[in-house]
Amino acid sequence: MAETTWRPASARGAGGATATTRAWRVWSSAAIVTAVVLAVLVVPPVVNLDEQAVHLADKLLPPSWEHPFGTDDVGRDLLVRCVYGLRVSLLVGIVAAVVATVVGTAVGALAAACGGWVDRIVMRLVDVFASVPHLLLGIFIVAMFRPGVWPVVISVGLTHWLSTARIVRAEVLSLRSRPYVDAAISGGASRWRVTVRHLLPGVLPQAGLAAVLMVPHAIWHESALSFLGLGLPTHQASLGTLVQGARSSLLAGDWWPTLFPGLFIIVPTLAIAGLAGAWRERINPRRRSELML
Amino acid sequence: MARLVGRRAVFAVPVLLLVTFGVFAVADASPFDPVKAYAGTAGLTASQENLDQLRANLGVDKPLVGRWWDWLTSALQGDLGDSSTLRQPVADAIGERVGWSVLLAATAFVVAILLGSALGVLAARRPGGWLDRCVTSLAYTLEAAPPFWLGLLAMWLFALKLDVLPAGGLTDTASTTVTFGQVTSHLALPAAVLAVSQLPWFVLYVRQGVGDALGDDPVRGARARGLAERTVLLHHAFRSGMLPVLTLIGSRVPELITGALLVETVFSWPGIAAATVGAATSVDFPLLAALTALATAAVLLGNLLADLLYGLADPRVGFDG
Repeated sequence: MAETTWRPASARGAGGATATTRAWRVWSSAAIVTAVVLAVLVVPPVVNLDEQAVHLADKLLPPSWEHPFGTDDVGRDLLVRCVYGLRVSLLVGIVAAVVATVVGTAVGALAAACGGWVDRIVMRLVDVFASVPHLLLGIFIVAMFRPGVWPVVISVGLTHWLSTARIVRAEVLSLRSRPYVDAAISGGASRWRVTVRHLLPGVLPQAGLAAVLMVPHAIWHESALSFLGLGLPTHQASLGTLVQGARSSLLAGDWWPTLFPGLFIIVPTLAIAGLAGAWRERINPRRRSELML
Repeated sequence: MARLVGRRAVFAVPVLLLVTFGVFAVADASPFDPVKAYAGTAGLTASQENLDQLRANLGVDKPLVGRWWDWLTSALQGDLGDSSTLRQPVADAIGERVGWSVLLAATAFVVAILLGSALGVLAARRPGGWLDRCVTSLAYTLEAAPPFWLGLLAMWLFALKLDVLPAGGLTDTASTTVTFGQVTSHLALPAAVLAVSQLPWFVLYVRQGVGDALGDDPVRGARARGLAERTVLLHHAFRSGMLPVLTLIGSRVPELITGALLVETVFSWPGIAAATVGAATSVDFPLLAALTALATAAVLLGNLLADLLYGLADPRVGFDG
């Protein structure tokens, strides 16, 4: 073919992924996510360590075989602290993502199913919400309701349903024009029944994907709020409070209490994004073929 | 063009009204009590009569809508109330700080756009090549990294280990005047970190846009005419590939504000974003309300800018459509 001088490269698609590297990416992501889940579920009860125990003699030890991530300014093992922090951050992230997804799916489905002026007003409200920066709105809510686990969950959840609402609305609108929905309506099904039985199940994969992608985002926001001193209380180890607590050590030149909690945010985020990308290709294969051209 | 600006402005008014009302509604629903906040520890021992008097003086005995309306009418006359944390009128506090924030954000954004375009085009040139893989992986990793963490590590490396840049603030502590050289050296690190935190998104979109454009007919035609690869890449692919990116530039203002909130806090930059965090910590409602409205206005302005840029870059788009 005449165009082969430049075409094969672009034919590999997004990220230049061949089938092998794509499979490798999915499996390594799955391995990391499994490891994270096992670590936060199994390690704390099995190891049964007192993560808060202070050992002033061991303070600020650099990474070693005994303490792979080193110790913090009161001698607590950072690997243990990071696992406990990840546990709290993951829990907050998952609950906030569920809140955001439920609100977003309900709003999006309501707008699309009702149509007309309800749709217009609801989507205008979504635009209004989208005009306030997420973190600022989150900061405002937390400031007014005082920092704590629930204000953080609510503030992250209530600021992140917008994209889900838009996705769900678009999906419901596209499903509504399908013949089987017409058939259900002409068969005399009520609007409620059509929405719940015929439209929502078709939306669930997209909403689920949005929810999964929301988890790292929610963790990011929780850690940002906690870092600013507006999130979880400082004695509660979360990834954000760990970075916040490490600031004084960092200014004294000790990098490890800052570095490792950050890696605990980045690595699971990349793994979840890797898995979600594979999922998206499964439920929406056209997207990939468009990119592959 | 005037019509487009006019339409955006008309949309902006109800948005700002709703957002400010929402701010008052959230405050109303929260346990926060402006009277107790104003009175401080004295409020614990004050008599109910005094508290009621104070409540009336502060104008917070009115219902929600009345308080919002009072705030709105005086805000339109330039009076945004007094900040309890900064002990000065909110308008003055914002006026003093907003310039530094704009300087930081604008520098970072320009750096992110220039560097992002360059990296994106380089990556798009050979999709799947080693450069593309490196750039894409780096972009995804940086996207996942919290800006405050990047800021802290950058501070450790450049200010503490290498000792080439100051760790924070606007000027050296010994200095009493604000000089250009001082500000530049203090700006470098926070601006670089903010730029790096905005970079991934930009690189990925430019890469996608230019990559797609490289497969389009104009590029094929240009290649068929035997034009140099450089010309094809920069004049044909880059220009059309940047169109989808341009529309999104203005919509990045919220992320820029989010990044500035974190970076200003890390580097003690005397901007408006760091003041927001301080206001939130001590529940300084007048300052928070004004800053939320200001941030919303900035976002709306960004949207307008995106529309205008798009029209300038793509002659097919009419402003009066």
